[in-house]
Amino acid sequence: MRRSLPLTITSFVGFWIVFDYFVKIDFVRTWTVNFTNWVIIVAAFALGLGAVNLLRIHGKRVTERRPGWMESSVLLVALVYMTVTGIFLGTSSEAFLFAFTNLQQPLSAAMFSLLVFFIASASFRAFRARSIEAAVLLISGVILMLGRAPIGEVIWTKFPDIADWIMQVPNLAGNRGIMIGAAIGIVSVAMRVLLGIDRGYMGQE
Amino acid sequence: MLETGRIFAMISLLVCWVAVYYFIDRARKGDVPTLRRIPGLDALDEAIGRSTEMGKPVFYSPGRGNLTTSSAAATIAALDILGHVALSTAKYKCDIVVGISDPAVYPLAEEIVRTSYRTANVGDMFKPEMVRFLSPDQFAFASSCLGIMSREKVGAAVMMGFWQAESLLLAEGSAQVGAISIAGCDRLFQIPFFVAACDYTIIGEELLAGGAYLSGDPIQSGSLAGQDLVKLFAVVLLVVGVVARTAGSDYFVKLLAK
Repeated sequence: MRRSLPLTITSFVGFWIVFDYFVKIDFVRTWTVNFTNWVIIVAAFALGLGAVNLLRIHGKRVTERRPGWMESSVLLVALVYMTVTGIFLGTSSEAFLFAFTNLQQPLSAAMFSLLVFFIASASFRAFRARSIEAAVLLISGVILMLGRAPIGEVIWTKFPDIADWIMQVPNLAGNRGIMIGAAIGIVSVAMRVLLGIDRGYMGQE
Repeated sequence: MLETGRIFAMISLLVCWVAVYYFIDRARKGDVPTLRRIPGLDALDEAIGRSTEMGKPVFYSPGRGNLTTSSAAATIAALDILGHVALSTAKYKCDIVVGISDPAVYPLAEEIVRTSYRTANVGDMFKPEMVRFLSPDQFAFASSCLGIMSREKVGAAVMMGFWQAESLLLAEGSAQVGAISIAGCDRLFQIPFFVAACDYTIIGEELLAGGAYLSGDPIQSGSLAGQDLVKLFAVVLLVVGVVARTAGSDYFVKLLAK
């Protein structure tokens, strides 16, 4: 019962929504909208559970003075501050926006800017020609960089054309192959889940 | 009654499902297809074994996808794989830390890990801290994952599911702490980052086949053979479409738009 009831609900709602995508029946559409709204309610409860998880893990770390308790206390203060100001003063209030624009946004931008260094270090490791595949990656990567950077065209005018060819022929062919394979894989996953054949997302038994 | 512009898509979906169901039925009757090896999925046990030997935890994240949009299939596939990874860590008595971004995925992931530890008869080893809701915000989630990898010195990092720009941050972060990194994604823009930065990469449909592949369940394996038949159907459509268009006919284009 603990597994069969959720599986039955999953199958019923899943097939209903697939059916609604292909037909125009008001009654079916109305219930699809209802199901979708229920998802929002369930997600709101899940967000509450997530907040409880954060409070439990970081609260325990702070009370037990375990390594990293200072960072955890900052997280707890920020969590409470944003929740209280967001609920009681509104998300467009000065107190809420102050923290959002002066803390959240710059911190996110700082994380994003780290990408440039990580791209450099990842490509340094990936571009070591240890195998034929890695050598092909290295050569095509170098040609693409030269084709896209102005200095490439100064060295040889054909670099941009070769770079375009790499992007539009072998790269695009590979991309489309992956896309078609993934799309068919999604259909297959959907069928396994809706028929209750794939139950791995409910835990291994 | 039928939505215009979706008739061909409906027929294609039915063809896919009939093919997949046919091979599932054949597998039920004992005709189980042989699956090719997927090195990235085979490496999971090696990575968990290495972490166990080093006394370090395994980090796992099912990505930033959710259960209600186009990222749902990748997320469900990632949760499938989480079940197998958690079962292995439970058997090896190795710690696992699961980083979650979407709140709706969090209770599912917690239940999966709890059930896996119970199945391995080490239910008392399960701790609620193993599954951590981090943040739905992209870079807050990325920095939390990097923090976990760095502070807890993970021995293996497994990143499956739906990823965006944070993919490289996590992949490179795991490499910097010396962890074996295994990643899987069905998004074209993120696959190159994982290929460049990870030890093993599971590409596109391999991720979606992961649950069936790891389960060893013949019925699920049958569905993968069905997928191959559908790919053949897609190739035939492509060839017919190319020939028809080259010959100047737009009949096929109109058929697809029906």
